[in-house]
Amino acid sequence: MSKNEVKTILLAGVGGQGTILVSRILTQALIDAGYDVKMSEIHGMAQRGGSVSTTVRYGEKVDSPLIGKGAADVLVAFEEMEAVRWSDWLKPEGVIVVNDYRIPPLPVASGAADYPDHCIGELESAFRTIAFDAGDQAVKLGNARVMNVMLLGAMAEAFGMDEFDWDSALERHVPARFLEINRQAFETGRKLARQSS
Amino acid sequence: MKQFLSGNEAVARGLFEAGVSIGSAYPGTPSTEIFENLGQYESIYHEWAPNEKVAVEVAYGASIAGVRAVAAMKHVGLNVSADPLFTAAYNGVEGGFVIISADDPGMHSSQNEQDNRHYARAAKVPMFEPADSQDSLDMIREAFEISEKFDIPVLFRMTTRVCHARSLVEEGEPVTVEPRPYKRNAKKHIATPANAIIHRKELEQKLTDLAHYSEHCKFNKMDLKGDKVGVVTAGGASLIAREVFPPDASFLTLGFTHPLPLGLIRDFAEKVEKLYVVEELDGFMEEQIRAAGIDCVGKEVVPRMYELNPTILKEALTGQVPELKDVKAEAVPRPPVLCPGCPHRGFFHTLSRRKKTIVAGDIGCYALGGSPPLSAMDTTICMGAGLTVAMGMAKAFEKTGADWTIFGVVGDSTFFHSGITGAIEILYNKGKVIPVVLDNSTTAMTGQQDNPGTGYNLEGEIAAVISIEAVFKAIGYRKVITVDPQDLDAMKAAIEEAAASQEPCAMVVRRQCVLIKRMPLEPALCYVDRDLCTSCRICLRVGCPAIFFVDGKSMIDPSQCVGCTVCLQVCPFEAIKKSE
Repeated sequence: MSKNEVKTILLAGVGGQGTILVSRILTQALIDAGYDVKMSEIHGMAQRGGSVSTTVRYGEKVDSPLIGKGAADVLVAFEEMEAVRWSDWLKPEGVIVVNDYRIPPLPVASGAADYPDHCIGELESAFRTIAFDAGDQAVKLGNARVMNVMLLGAMAEAFGMDEFDWDSALERHVPARFLEINRQAFETGRKLARQSS
Repeated sequence: MKQFLSGNEAVARGLFEAGVSIGSAYPGTPSTEIFENLGQYESIYHEWAPNEKVAVEVAYGASIAGVRAVAAMKHVGLNVSADPLFTAAYNGVEGGFVIISADDPGMHSSQNEQDNRHYARAAKVPMFEPADSQDSLDMIREAFEISEKFDIPVLFRMTTRVCHARSLVEEGEPVTVEPRPYKRNAKKHIATPANAIIHRKELEQKLTDLAHYSEHCKFNKMDLKGDKVGVVTAGGASLIAREVFPPDASFLTLGFTHPLPLGLIRDFAEKVEKLYVVEELDGFMEEQIRAAGIDCVGKEVVPRMYELNPTILKEALTGQVPELKDVKAEAVPRPPVLCPGCPHRGFFHTLSRRKKTIVAGDIGCYALGGSPPLSAMDTTICMGAGLTVAMGMAKAFEKTGADWTIFGVVGDSTFFHSGITGAIEILYNKGKVIPVVLDNSTTAMTGQQDNPGTGYNLEGEIAAVISIEAVFKAIGYRKVITVDPQDLDAMKAAIEEAAASQEPCAMVVRRQCVLIKRMPLEPALCYVDRDLCTSCRICLRVGCPAIFFVDGKSMIDPSQCVGCTVCLQVCPFEAIKKSE
């Protein structure tokens, strides 16, 4: 891409799902590549099992750290319904990487509301969508927690972010004893994204 | 090398570089991380004060003693500390003195979105408004220079997206600031009417001098492009405006916004055909610009409510709405909830089942006790109001003859913040209210900060533990009931004992927050025996996010359960069990 353009990646999930580590690795790779980067996240009430989102923007010069509806290039959703909730923030030509996994919110758990059916199918009919059960794939690799880095790998593939030094960014932010499994998770995410496009 | 810092981290760095010696704050989103990041700079003494008024007074005392000092808080904290601010403006400073207010447009985690820029005008103090992390570092350094040069406290106004957004920052070299030798100066620092009358006039002169500074301040920048459209903007809104206006728009971006550089604005206005004023929340600048006779477009198009973003501003200015694709699925709300194992659950569940009961609540995690399915709270206003609003309701019901049992509820940190005066009020003025402290031994909502009841301070030292029971007893409560909310039978008995008490009675409901890192968690978990589950849904009434209804029966998510057993205790069929 031309460095004059500003690109926006939106990460969305549920409090406690590990979006923060992913945003750290992502911003590290962008900064190392020489981009101006801004990142905005919301703390506070979101810690208590609420919906959380992080906006990452990069380009030659980035002004606003946040965006409004219809402005993100990529949505990485760690949970199905969060992908639906944040899909309005995507440009029409935007890409979604979504974890095929449900965390019922309290109104659903308590029977006051129903979890929406066919989230992934509806997302696919509106946007280019890459969906897989990252938790399941991560367990196959030997550690359920690397699902977040797997989604990052899928995003790097789906959004064509090949020019970045992902390995060095992983090294900077993942403890050494978990580095190898995170590398594998990143590569698995890439592979799954290639298969589904 | 540039660092990728949040605004809060950049301010902490800036405080270090500015040679600040003393900092006092009360935690509050989005300001909390400023003081959490001061620990890395050994040259700064930093503390959590019991409340924001204490914080401002401690910092001001340090300034009077001759060193640079800072106080930090969220926007509503400035309401609590407004009293010392207004008089400190009259008396002036010795060491530089800066008060940081972190506003929360959009109310991400606040009870209102008050625009604290008005405090700068009302208190007659200078104000900086950083837009990003580099501004935050550079301007906080300048704020101390200004404070000392003009002998006045400085307001440093941040917003959520300045505090919590990260951007690249060039760090600077720390300055060495010699403390001013202390000398008693009664005329300056004793605010009697005789002195205040003199200070009042001096303050007006300082504001005139500051208005001159504002005209030449390096943080008030003119960027002339075309002559059609000009934009006056400040703080975080300036970044959004930059993105939305066409490349040929001229900009006057202000970082020092009180007093406003009205001369500079007039010059700028004369260079463009149409002048826009783009600011978040109120028309703070716009009203002053209009009052100076300068025509502009402002709040008739730019929203005065909620947080701005580029899409909202573009639609406001041009009517253009973004093209959106329709995903044919509806997301269910995902409200924040009390954590699995939260000690507040047992208390609110017990009260939710009690008839003719009013619960006046307060600010903290326990405000979530007001949400369904617990729905066990009548009011939440501000820090400390749990006890005093309960008092007012009790007095009103004495007049009207309505029969309610009234509980006034505050957390432990809130009790030390501004609950103690309410406890005194209830006893002194004979209120039929049971004051309750929900003591989870931390300031939980803002991310587990210590407080006077926890035994640690912000410098990481072992500290005195202020006993809540001893405070109640010292005030004169004859009966103080301490109870573990996780034992539902004991919780219910304690509530009934308090409600029936003929002598002044207070309650301390005590169990530690499950998120405190020092606490080891019990590994034993609860599970549902699906053969015994009768689908009665009573366990769902405790509002635990670990309990789900699956295929017509309850199920407990083992990855979320911490084994608190509140659900086990409410199940009438003994279908919920605890693993050994």
